[in-house]
Amino acid sequence: MSKAQNKPEGVTPSQTVGPYFAYGLTSNGKYDWNDAFSNNLVTADTSGERVRVEGRVFDGDGKPMVDCMLEIWQADAQGRFSDPQDKRALPNSSFKGFGRCGTDADGGYAFDTIKPGTVPDPDGKPQAPHLVLAVFARGMLLHLYTRIYFDGEAANAADPVLALVPIDRRATLIAQRANCNPSAVYRLDVHLQGDDETVFFDV
Amino acid sequence: MTLSYPLQSLTAHPPRLSPGYKSTVKRSPTKPLIPMRHTLSELTGPVYGHETVRENDNDLTLQGKGEPLGERIIVHGHVLDEDGRGVPNTLVELWQANACGRYIHVVDQHPAPLDPNFTGAGRTQSDGEGYYRFVTIKPGAYPWGNHHNAWRPAHIHFSVFGHSFVSRLVTQMYFPGDPLFPFDPIFNSVTDEKARNRMVSDFDLENTKPDWALCYRFNIVLRGRNATPMETK
Repeated sequence: MSKAQNKPEGVTPSQTVGPYFAYGLTSNGKYDWNDAFSNNLVTADTSGERVRVEGRVFDGDGKPMVDCMLEIWQADAQGRFSDPQDKRALPNSSFKGFGRCGTDADGGYAFDTIKPGTVPDPDGKPQAPHLVLAVFARGMLLHLYTRIYFDGEAANAADPVLALVPIDRRATLIAQRANCNPSAVYRLDVHLQGDDETVFFDV
Repeated sequence: MTLSYPLQSLTAHPPRLSPGYKSTVKRSPTKPLIPMRHTLSELTGPVYGHETVRENDNDLTLQGKGEPLGERIIVHGHVLDEDGRGVPNTLVELWQANACGRYIHVVDQHPAPLDPNFTGAGRTQSDGEGYYRFVTIKPGAYPWGNHHNAWRPAHIHFSVFGHSFVSRLVTQMYFPGDPLFPFDPIFNSVTDEKARNRMVSDFDLENTKPDWALCYRFNIVLRGRNATPMETK
């Protein structure tokens, strides 16, 4: 069935995820379909500090985005990715590092995960613990990438990516610790526009 | 194999702010994106998900108690990187309206019938050469509220991962010769004609199954090319 392929002229363009993706991508028990992914990344043998990262997503009118899909990608507590391309990684855990969440009627999202370890930048400098976040929605022809850092991490001060961000906008990337019971909860809202517009990265 | 992901490849994508598609006005950032070098966090990505693929998940005509109504079709092709290499064992997810142009999503109130034998969700895993195949029903066009008498051309939504988190792609596959193309601001948000046409599947007579189903070929090209000494990360 497979045919030799000519060299492509370019990538396939992105299109919006639209308003109706939930039954295929984030059914979460509401439709008769098994989800490939969930917003709970923690497995029985996952080591590391359990955290819940949660918040809401808002559009340019400050209205909650109730039809948004968020995906996170992160290292494990040792700073290793569950991907053979990370040559440092050892398959020592069933932690996969990927999560997906559809926003609720309040534009809310939540991921249950662990705080990732330290991942080096291309020069070998340590990056502060972070999640990579991709945002998809109706009205978004191409998803946006941002990062979620953790309040109170001393490593934030020297993080080479945060350093690229003007000081007055860094707070849009740093989830604030909300409480510690039973496990740590960090909150970060995502604003597509407005005074608190989230910093998005050109990657 | 280490791939690089030059920003140049992103020029094929639509601008985030495409005012003809009204929802983009309040849902696209107003401040410039901040450039950064790719780190391991961007250069790696999920290589799983396919363990959730069940036997008939790539045949949307077998998921109900009976056969769905509409025109049965085969949709197949390769997931490729920018150098034309197949992306093996990657998860391909799709979702779509039924033959009447109605989604099962609770928010879709288009007064066209639901089909009790059709959910419109599917997934599969590409094989060792990046090849994938679905059997489904040709989706109908449907109206939407963007402007007066707005109709979406028939399309199938695709979600694909590829080799890294920055090769992630969500797109829509269209059908050749659709008369709605000139009027659809989502399709035309891709301003380059050649790039736009890469979202249109090819009718594939060779793989059309006699007395059973028409076939369409849709190759999905993801970011990622050989890293060369000329390129700096």
